[in-house]
Amino acid sequence: MIDSAAPHSASLTAMLEALLAVDRVRAGRIVKDSCIPGSPVTCVETLIVPALEEIGRCWEDGTVALSQVYMSGRICEEIVDVMLPAGDPQRKGQPKLAIAVFEDHHTLGKRIVFSVLRAGGYEITDYGHGVMADDLVHMVLRDDPQILLISTLMLPSALRAKEAIARIRNELPKTKVIVGGAPFNFDPSLWQEVGADAMGRTATETLEIVNLFAREMGQ
Amino acid sequence: MTTAMTPMQRTLAAMSFKEPDRVPWFLLCTMHGARELGLPLQEYFSKPEYVARGQLAIRKRYDSDCYYAFISAATEAEAWGGEILYREDGPPNSGSPVIRKSEDIEKIEIPVIEECPGLAKTLRLIELLKKDAKRDIPIISAVVSPFSVPVMQMGFEAYLDLLYTQPDLFKKLMKKNTAFCIRWSNALFDAGATALGYFEPLASPDMIPRDLYRTTGLPLAAEVVKSVRGPMAAHLASGRTVPVINDLAGAGFVGIGVSTNDDMGAVKEACGKKLTILGNLNGVAMRNWTEAEANHIVHDLILKVGHGGGFILSDNHGEIPYQVPDRVLMAISAAVKKNGTYPLDG
Repeated sequence: MIDSAAPHSASLTAMLEALLAVDRVRAGRIVKDSCIPGSPVTCVETLIVPALEEIGRCWEDGTVALSQVYMSGRICEEIVDVMLPAGDPQRKGQPKLAIAVFEDHHTLGKRIVFSVLRAGGYEITDYGHGVMADDLVHMVLRDDPQILLISTLMLPSALRAKEAIARIRNELPKTKVIVGGAPFNFDPSLWQEVGADAMGRTATETLEIVNLFAREMGQ
Repeated sequence: MTTAMTPMQRTLAAMSFKEPDRVPWFLLCTMHGARELGLPLQEYFSKPEYVARGQLAIRKRYDSDCYYAFISAATEAEAWGGEILYREDGPPNSGSPVIRKSEDIEKIEIPVIEECPGLAKTLRLIELLKKDAKRDIPIISAVVSPFSVPVMQMGFEAYLDLLYTQPDLFKKLMKKNTAFCIRWSNALFDAGATALGYFEPLASPDMIPRDLYRTTGLPLAAEVVKSVRGPMAAHLASGRTVPVINDLAGAGFVGIGVSTNDDMGAVKEACGKKLTILGNLNGVAMRNWTEAEANHIVHDLILKVGHGGGFILSDNHGEIPYQVPDRVLMAISAAVKKNGTYPLDG
């Protein structure tokens, strides 16, 4: 199932197998056995995130299913929540992140991104689903996130996000906007058309973009 | 073959893996009829008479080889007690799910078709279209599979949690959904549908691992197909298909809706003379196509999969976005006539 040219450590290979088999207990045991107590961030960066990145790559090439991406993200999020509880000083508190499903009500994509980012050590404010433009603009102006993630399922919602993004840019020009979801995957130029700064094809690609923006922000 | 066939003759020949006069094309537009009638979408969907007039108008304009008697997948979610949300720039969508906690699976009752106004609208729509179609034009409708409809009944995340962690409850839900799907499919056939799409996005290995699908959704698909009174084509609603084509052929389907992300050479080889290919134009991207791009894409697709029949040109999702303009649909219509006349060149 996993066929990557990149060499894996034994722990990473075992972790991948456990996650794809949706075996929470085994995944937790691998983390416990592989990671140095007291160094949760190292564990996240060397085992958990690489495992999720590999699963994201495999979904793109068609060897892993979305259901496995979702369940893997949930399992890793649970593990990281134990190692790095919310508010833990070792958790990455910055940049300030927020996520919303714009207009649509299908939340799986947002949930996967949410889990993968949290498994990567980030805290994210969840604006929920079915969020309309006025409400999104209001919440963003109130919270001033440095990175805003917008998920859509339907093409009309993706197109209407353009107006909301323009309004946000007008008030908060430094806020980075990352979009994702089916319409963007089926039309690779759509993210530029709606005025976003980037598009995440997968949750792990979104994590890479967030890491990149965080570095650019000096965080 | 040089004499013009009726759309029904053209479609049946293609589905018998013979070359008709030209490649059939199914324009699966649910919304564009509202534009023809000058109606807002919610009003358009409120009466089957409007939708029937819309279908007649768009078939006439674009010379499609079918009527599409399908309003929205959310109609089924509504029948189960869920919420349906209308918008003026896109299809009706399902809102709050009807199953919010595990116990709800025990409680929900299989919809009685005669008591569901949304379902009755679709049945009436088919009856109206039948008057015009007679035996010359296929009337295509669609159902959502028992295995995929829980995405609307309970939300995708909750459904995946159920699928992976609560096998007994999953089976109870599938039993109810399968019973409904068979009844609803037969009602559509009895009303006059020629063939049904079986929307099964979760059959795609993009969504669910093939091994898991083979032990969960696939046996249900086979049960539905053998229990209904007409032909069904599996439609994976933009999901890639190649690894499951043999599985779906074995379940008894006669066709398959394939993805714009599929390798069409591999699709043609896997389908052989078992499944007719339906697809695979990218509905999201096509809104920006030029006429030349539309012609090139249609031509290229026909050359890849048109030989020997077994191919119907269509989009890859089972619904053309409302944002796709008239000029693009006209260009596709012209392209299939220009490039799809048998025998094919190239």
